[in-house]
Amino acid sequence: MSLTPELLQPSVLLDRLATALKSRMAEQGIEEPLLVGIYTGGYWVAEALRKRMQVNWPLGGLDTSFYRDDFSEKGLNPGVKSSNLPLATKDRHLILVDDVLMSGRTIRAAMNELFDYGRPASITLVTLLDLQRRELPIQPDLCGQAIDLATGQRIKLSGPDPLEFNLINLKEEGQA
Amino acid sequence: MSYPANPRDIQLTAEGQLKHFLSISGLPKSLLTEILDTAESFANMGEQSVKKVPLLRGKTLVNLFFENSTRTRATFELAAKRLSADVLNLDIKTSSTAKGETLMDTLQNMEAMHADLFVVRHADSGAAHFIASQVTPQVAIINAGDGRHAHPTQAMLDMFTIRRHKGDFAGLKVAIVGDILHSRVARSQIRALTTLGVEEVRLVAPNTLLPAGVEDLGVQLYTRMEEGIRDVDVVIMLRLQKERMSGALLPSESEYYRLYGLTNDKLAYAHPDAIVMHPGPINRGVEIESAVADGPRSVILQQVGYGIAIRMAVMSMAVSGQMQERSQIS
Repeated sequence: MSLTPELLQPSVLLDRLATALKSRMAEQGIEEPLLVGIYTGGYWVAEALRKRMQVNWPLGGLDTSFYRDDFSEKGLNPGVKSSNLPLATKDRHLILVDDVLMSGRTIRAAMNELFDYGRPASITLVTLLDLQRRELPIQPDLCGQAIDLATGQRIKLSGPDPLEFNLINLKEEGQA
Repeated sequence: MSYPANPRDIQLTAEGQLKHFLSISGLPKSLLTEILDTAESFANMGEQSVKKVPLLRGKTLVNLFFENSTRTRATFELAAKRLSADVLNLDIKTSSTAKGETLMDTLQNMEAMHADLFVVRHADSGAAHFIASQVTPQVAIINAGDGRHAHPTQAMLDMFTIRRHKGDFAGLKVAIVGDILHSRVARSQIRALTTLGVEEVRLVAPNTLLPAGVEDLGVQLYTRMEEGIRDVDVVIMLRLQKERMSGALLPSESEYYRLYGLTNDKLAYAHPDAIVMHPGPINRGVEIESAVADGPRSVILQQVGYGIAIRMAVMSMAVSGQMQERSQIS
């Protein structure tokens, strides 16, 4: 199902990202980075990328609930998952993966959390989509596709098999 | 001091979120499960080199202890610090006659300091309810033990311990053994166990240490230990609260130990995989044999560690509920 005329399918974007990421790591001489997917969508994307790249890089998941900046307004996310990193992050090259990048606030929270696990050698940010509505100075290193949506529209990834984009109209759902 | 008619009104926001944690009574199973799930993610934080999250940064917690406590206060303090809150510890000695006035005065002082969270331990049943209902709107109150009434965070850390070791609550047989009469922990445990849906809760104690009407809570009563712990999956031992005893409730400590002390011989009646729990502090040779307390089936020290995760969960959920409510009013 095509949601907006220009939006590509997740599988196409994943192919694109897998190729770009593999060559980027090779160029930088990074042999075994730690993939860190942000729960839930980012973790699915990280898993899918690892499969497409046919690599055995370690994979971890991050729940940023305890690091979000909207705790005062929205309170605690009831479905908090445990962050689970298989290795120490200290001096390791990390690839931080999320499904949809918008304001940049989730990435800010994720980076703060990662630093509490230790000082990484580097962090590369990979996202499937970029909705280009940044509120913080954060940019992806690799992005599947950048698109513009109408005001009040969002895209949510469902998955993990198959990975699909769903268009959400905030006003219709009464959660603007 | 009387309890409010429906504790649910006072502990929960209109949306059903926790805003005070005063007793297990009135809280639905889904909320108890949410507390356990949230605690689970805090329990796994030990892998971080910085064992702290910024959730309650800029919030102030006041530990109001009107009664002595070592581990409960320490775990509340550590839990608050791991949530990045600022912590103030107050030990307030008070006589029961001067209580009302002292409590009000103390609280007004604390309110003036813009505290966000009070952790209250008091020798009188209902003290935490009283504070939550009458004194401090928009401040979360956590009950850290009130008289013989409730000790809900201890009960939840016990539930957390059971879930970690036994997986599911359904189908479990749990025996609570010892001084039920004086135990606020036991009352909270019974509520939590029945709400979470264990198969059977048994109370094992001499008649003199069973409170009147306790059978109405949906428990089985046993006066013989060997029968009471037969085939159970979890044995929860309670401390003999000598300091709260008046009158001749027991013939002697040695007699009590002979009949109700948990020894390896008695533990043999329980299920072979049964775990042994105790809220602490333990009286070795009074309610439990050292060989059992330090033995392979004892999870007593794990309980203390889980207490930090449970208290982090309850504090962050209650502050979250308060903030949500505040943002809806303003």
